[in-house]
Amino acid sequence: MNPSAHARVVGPVRVPTPSFPVSSTYSTGSLLSVTSLTPESVSHILTRATALEHEDPLERAKRLAKRRIALLFYESSTRTRTSFELAAKGLGADTTLVSSLSSSIEKGETLKDTGLTLRALGAEAIILRHNSSGAPWLLERETKLPVLNAGDGMHEHPSQALLDLRTMLAHLRGGAETVTADTLAGVTVAITGDILHSRVARSNALLLPKLGARVVLCGPKELLPDLATEAGPGVEIERDFHKALEQAQVVMMLRIQAERLAGLQLDLEEYKAKYQLTEALLAAHAPKALVMHPGPIIRGLELTGEVADGPQSAILEQVRHGVAIRMALVERALTAGVKA
Amino acid sequence: MSASTILIRGGHLIDPAAGVESRKDLVLRDGRVSEVTDPGKTSLEKVKNGKSKAGNGTNGGGSNGAETFEVIDATGLTVAPGLIDIHVHLREPGQGHKETIATGTAAAAAGGFTAVAAMPNTVPTNDSPEITRWMQAPERGASVRVFPIGAATRGLKGEVLNDFPALKAAGAVAVTDDGHPILKDGTMREVLIQATRAGLSVVQHAEDTRMTGGCSMNYGPTAFRLGLRGMPPAAEYGLVERDIRLVTELSANGKGRGGHSPHLHVAHTSTAQAVAAVRQARRNGLRVTCEVAPHHFLLTEEHVAAYDTHAKMNPPLRSEADRDAMIQGILDGVVDAIATDHAPHAAFEKEVEFERAPNGITGLETALGLSLKWLHGEWKLPLGRVLSLLSAQPAALLGFRGRGTLTVGSFADVVIFDPKAEWAFRAKDSKSKSKNTPFDGWTMRGKVRWTISEGRVVFQGS
Repeated sequence: MNPSAHARVVGPVRVPTPSFPVSSTYSTGSLLSVTSLTPESVSHILTRATALEHEDPLERAKRLAKRRIALLFYESSTRTRTSFELAAKGLGADTTLVSSLSSSIEKGETLKDTGLTLRALGAEAIILRHNSSGAPWLLERETKLPVLNAGDGMHEHPSQALLDLRTMLAHLRGGAETVTADTLAGVTVAITGDILHSRVARSNALLLPKLGARVVLCGPKELLPDLATEAGPGVEIERDFHKALEQAQVVMMLRIQAERLAGLQLDLEEYKAKYQLTEALLAAHAPKALVMHPGPIIRGLELTGEVADGPQSAILEQVRHGVAIRMALVERALTAGVKA
Repeated sequence: MSASTILIRGGHLIDPAAGVESRKDLVLRDGRVSEVTDPGKTSLEKVKNGKSKAGNGTNGGGSNGAETFEVIDATGLTVAPGLIDIHVHLREPGQGHKETIATGTAAAAAGGFTAVAAMPNTVPTNDSPEITRWMQAPERGASVRVFPIGAATRGLKGEVLNDFPALKAAGAVAVTDDGHPILKDGTMREVLIQATRAGLSVVQHAEDTRMTGGCSMNYGPTAFRLGLRGMPPAAEYGLVERDIRLVTELSANGKGRGGHSPHLHVAHTSTAQAVAAVRQARRNGLRVTCEVAPHHFLLTEEHVAAYDTHAKMNPPLRSEADRDAMIQGILDGVVDAIATDHAPHAAFEKEVEFERAPNGITGLETALGLSLKWLHGEWKLPLGRVLSLLSAQPAALLGFRGRGTLTVGSFADVVIFDPKAEWAFRAKDSKSKSKNTPFDGWTMRGKVRWTISEGRVVFQGS
């Protein structure tokens, strides 16, 4: 037990690299995280979204006619579920919805077994919403099917970030479909609210800087830890809401996720006083900014009803972009081919 | 393999505790080391005068007329004290679907280990002399020696202390509350006092569980990015520092307690600050020791990136700076032992969402191969010191008399391995009942050819 005299300073040590890649292993059609996207792949998705949106519905419905797509939802959802379903049906696919409250999941069936069952029923891709971060990786690993992440825990919501991007491009870049690493140069997106628990914030903060945008995160420390800036490049923190607004061409507001606070005590009145987006604040600090929100909105909490319904709001427009983006993602899932 | 006498011939003996690193022949008789001589000088060969079959250079039986013996040709191989792992979970009693004492010790033997210290988080908890004896009973079918570590408090609840003298009398070598660390200062203080009186070490899994609820990896930017709640490093080092304060106080008063100071052993150290705290405690002359697991000197939190549940354990994989501090601590001698925290789980238990998966990975069959490949091969820690961290030092740490060395009279616990051989570890070939390892397919260095436990060959590899 004697400390020996072999003291030596360790410099940077060479160690094995992770043996499992971050991006999708089994299927090029999967979309688990925006970290696997490049400007080229984003351009392809945007281009297909527009083409499919404009295509004759009867022609479009032949594209994936009678192909089978499962929607597996462990959490409630209005926008994401409906728009994925409409997207898949718009391409002619048969969809089936399995939700945790009306299936054998209630009886204790695991995610693995549920996925294998869906595959046995002929599902060629699974759209998964799950309350546990990383669940899409498990599903993909076990089923070897393309998986579209429709929101996993506090982790990511890639299709939301893509539809947010399409909304921004429509307003700020004339609806550009081909994007590069500097398409959004000069654009500051201020994301305000419950960043800690937000998969929308993570996907946007990881995607938008790839296209040149600057992302400014705003919120109290409880909901926005300092280390958020280390999660990726091009991300900054501005705790003063007014200052964040002044820099922003896009103001993205987030809901307080009461279901994920896990005992965290938050004074909502104090929160509203500091971070609620009102018409007055918008007029004073960001009169031209685009106001966005992934929904569901809580009127009177993170923003006022007047702002949500006001002229700068693109909230419902985002929902419309969601169907187009998700058509492109569903098509990609079934046509991208499977890696050897 | 039942010969009670074995001649190990032609090998390179490394016995760090005895300061031996040279070619030696060994004779094992009746479970003990009976001779250690220069090559060809054992009594078995001197008497035979060329009559013995042992002279033909192959492994097999030998006889010198007076005695039959088995011959192991260790030419080109390293002969060392059997490895000792002071931190394993054998899952018996109660969780035989994960591992049994028989399968866990078979994995130990395959990994070159001849003694393991088994944690008390069994079902029921190892609270009693009865369970402690049950774990050591011949009926368990253990390949190697099992030293139970008893629970410090009833049911690992941190309230009522168990009967330490009775646990010790039944064979327990230390006490711990394992994954349910003792948070109350008063309870930990009392555990240290009573364990010292009973002549037992106190092993602490240092985690302030008030800071880690709902967490499944290390706290930091990676956890933030992955949307997982993180365990702050302070949850570990804060408790290590608290424990060291208690040991400091009790050691100062030690003269009034029969002259013995408490021995605190920090299990699976994973943060730079915890190693620093142990280093300082040692400078202050305290009996504070620590161990590091191979995954903590090799892997970082980045390995969680694809939510692989084989990268989930407690303490979690930490930052690169922490990982480097583990290597530094091993190289400069603050770390006393490499211990695996072998924690088998059935495949179905790990094939779940990351946050729901149980903590832990297996480690008995990869510890030597990874240590030789990285600590010795890459970071140039002398072979003798690597082996010392895996045998002599852990033996001394928990007071395993006659183990961790191969001097005459010691237990015939021996590992014989090819120090140069590189090979790929395959989880599916593991002797453990569970295959939950992040090292599947990794290159190992050093292939175990024989493991001998108290004179019995318990593993033979090719």
